[in-house]
Amino acid sequence: MYVYDEYDQKIVDERVAQYRDQTERFLAGKLTDAEFLPLRLQNGLYVQRLAPMLRIAVPYGLLNSTQLRKIAQITRDYDKGYAHISTRQNIQLNWPELAEVPDLLAELATVQMHAIQTSGNCIRNTTTDQFAGVAADELEDPRPYCEIIRQWSTLHPEFAFLPRKFKIAVCGSAEDRAAIHAHDIGLELVANGAGEVGFKVLVGGGLGRTPVIGQAICEWLEKKHLLTYLEAILRVYNQHGRRDNKYKARIKILVKAMGTDAFREAVEQEWVHLKEGPTTLTEEEISRACGFFVAPDYRELDAEEQNSQLQSQCDAEPIFGNWVKRNTREHRVAGYRAVTISLKATGYAPGDITDAQLDLMADLADQYTFGEIRSTHQQNLVLADVETAQLYSLWQQLQGAGLATANIGYLTDMICCPGGDYCSLANAKSLPVAEAIQARFDDLDYLYDLGPLELNISGCMNACGHHHIGHIGILGVDKKGQEFYQVCLGGSQSKEASIAKILGPSFKQEDMPDVIEKILDTFLGLRQEQETFLDTYRRVGIDPFKERVYAPAN
Amino acid sequence: MPRLIKDGAIIEDNWLAPDAESNAPASAQLLTLEQWLQLRDKSGRGVQLEPGEAPAPLLDHLQDIPLVVINFPLFMDGRGFSYGRELRERGFQGELRAAGHFIRDQVTYLRRCGFNAFQPADESQLEAFVASLDDFSESYQATPDQPLPLFRRRS
Ligand code: SF4
Repeated sequence: MYVYDEYDQKIVDERVAQYRDQTERFLAGKLTDAEFLPLRLQNGLYVQRLAPMLRIAVPYGLLNSTQLRKIAQITRDYDKGYAHISTRQNIQLNWPELAEVPDLLAELATVQMHAIQTSGNCIRNTTTDQFAGVAADELEDPRPYCEIIRQWSTLHPEFAFLPRKFKIAVCGSAEDRAAIHAHDIGLELVANGAGEVGFKVLVGGGLGRTPVIGQAICEWLEKKHLLTYLEAILRVYNQHGRRDNKYKARIKILVKAMGTDAFREAVEQEWVHLKEGPTTLTEEEISRACGFFVAPDYRELDAEEQNSQLQSQCDAEPIFGNWVKRNTREHRVAGYRAVTISLKATGYAPGDITDAQLDLMADLADQYTFGEIRSTHQQNLVLADVETAQLYSLWQQLQGAGLATANIGYLTDMICCPGGDYCSLANAKSLPVAEAIQARFDDLDYLYDLGPLELNISGCMNACGHHHIGHIGILGVDKKGQEFYQVCLGGSQSKEASIAKILGPSFKQEDMPDVIEKILDTFLGLRQEQETFLDTYRRVGIDPFKERVYAPAN
Repeated sequence: MPRLIKDGAIIEDNWLAPDAESNAPASAQLLTLEQWLQLRDKSGRGVQLEPGEAPAPLLDHLQDIPLVVINFPLFMDGRGFSYGRELRERGFQGELRAAGHFIRDQVTYLRRCGFNAFQPADESQLEAFVASLDDFSESYQATPDQPLPLFRRRS
């Protein structure tokens, strides 16, 4: 993974000093609330319903064990002993003291971490595939480019006061695990006719109030032009994006208003002046970045022997077998598997992790992998390089810590924002809905029978829980001061991305498990052979679900 | 006389604020974009841009313009950052001044976008603004004040 040199460290240290001064000025009454607001937001600090919330950047979801231990210690010293993994692969703390945040940031800086631009109207944390570098379906590792984008976007002087937040995702594999169609800019590593790898550039995707699937404005961009092209897009957006209405301020609205072709034209016109300029990437810089993401020292393993051993362990202990089947996946290197650790145990808020679990994960990362951990936008953790023969002992340790829930990719592995329990923007609570659904569908055999199913919950239109791209999406709405829930179906974050359709009038919180059950029953009744929920939905449409859910009770 | 920061020092302003109503603004008076566009002899005249007034019309006359003021009526409106940087990238050598309601914590970004003069609405802040010009001693991007990005300078 990327390691700071003196320059990176200096920038982060100076940022801590700057923020310390800003906080002191604010506490001394020299900065107004309105002036302090964007400054603290650009350092990840929200003031929430109960306390400030601090969002710590995890660049493209990659952490080492030292960093994870530091986070564990910080949750003990500055917070209530737990952290939350967000849908942008970041880590959130719910209870820090505003006055202590500068100290907290200084501690993070000692392990090459920060909270820069995790919030505010600026370029946010660039996200990618949690299986980058180990996935068998990968064309090229996207992480070097994420790091190049991270550096370029960090404290970019021109783009710190954009019309609205701006999110970039990069994907380098056949399957899109980074939801690039739902980002302001989505980048996909693709080969051109000559086999040379460059970027396909999508713009104007996004969720929120007006969900839109991103459109390609460049089918193939030579790698060296990556940053100048991004700069041209951002400059067009910064100058022309709407600033009169925050719900119309995202780039997707601008792209729609101008039309994709006119937008592309405007970008090209800006680009003419930036192209081949000093920001053009050099061969040395690209290989420097790639040098941080070379394959670790994998052992040469006898895959066949390992697999047969694993098979007999799975046969002997079916719970372990379930976990292997659901929570581990194929690795590029023979004899290894990538393991997803579910943070979706029933009864715990999705994505929450305690300080003891964080410490344990750091130890396990050292013991079973090369000391690296990844966070995922589905709010889980990944140990990417585990020897097959070690899975059983790893699983035993996870079990002891409540981290062995075997539900990755299934209904109860839901994405859920913090909602009304923590978030001051919420229309409704989201955590109790998640918990009630998890409790209702706790039978693993039933879950496995349903097949892969993504259920996403957001507490308001801001859509942090990505409800528009869940196979089943749930959105908290406010109806005359009461919390209600709207259900939508058929969303997808894959390369065949789609926006979910609203099922109909919204429901009360206590009815939600029944509603979900009716939807699932409808699916099971209509399913052909091995269809997934999404397959069936796409074949039959929304009507059968609507009829069933809204059928008068008899 | 109003004061401002120019090239790191606090000085008095020799220019007069624009007067949109005037038909014949004095030569030391800043012009609105509209006035400037109508003027036949533009040489030596300073012009003030508002948010939404991109610098495109100025680009053919950059040699003749001694001063471009970019006004920030609201500090959250960041269009002026792009205007400033674009003017510098296209060769503007004169004074590039930020005026209005930007805040202290933005001056380091403004400086990096090519602004060399700062006239905050609240003059009592000038000393503090000077102190914040150099909040950062290093940066990643290529900008008018540092034409090479960090990746071309790393040793
Ligand atoms: S979706 Fe709404 S309620 Fe949920 S975290 Fe985002 S802003 Fe808060």
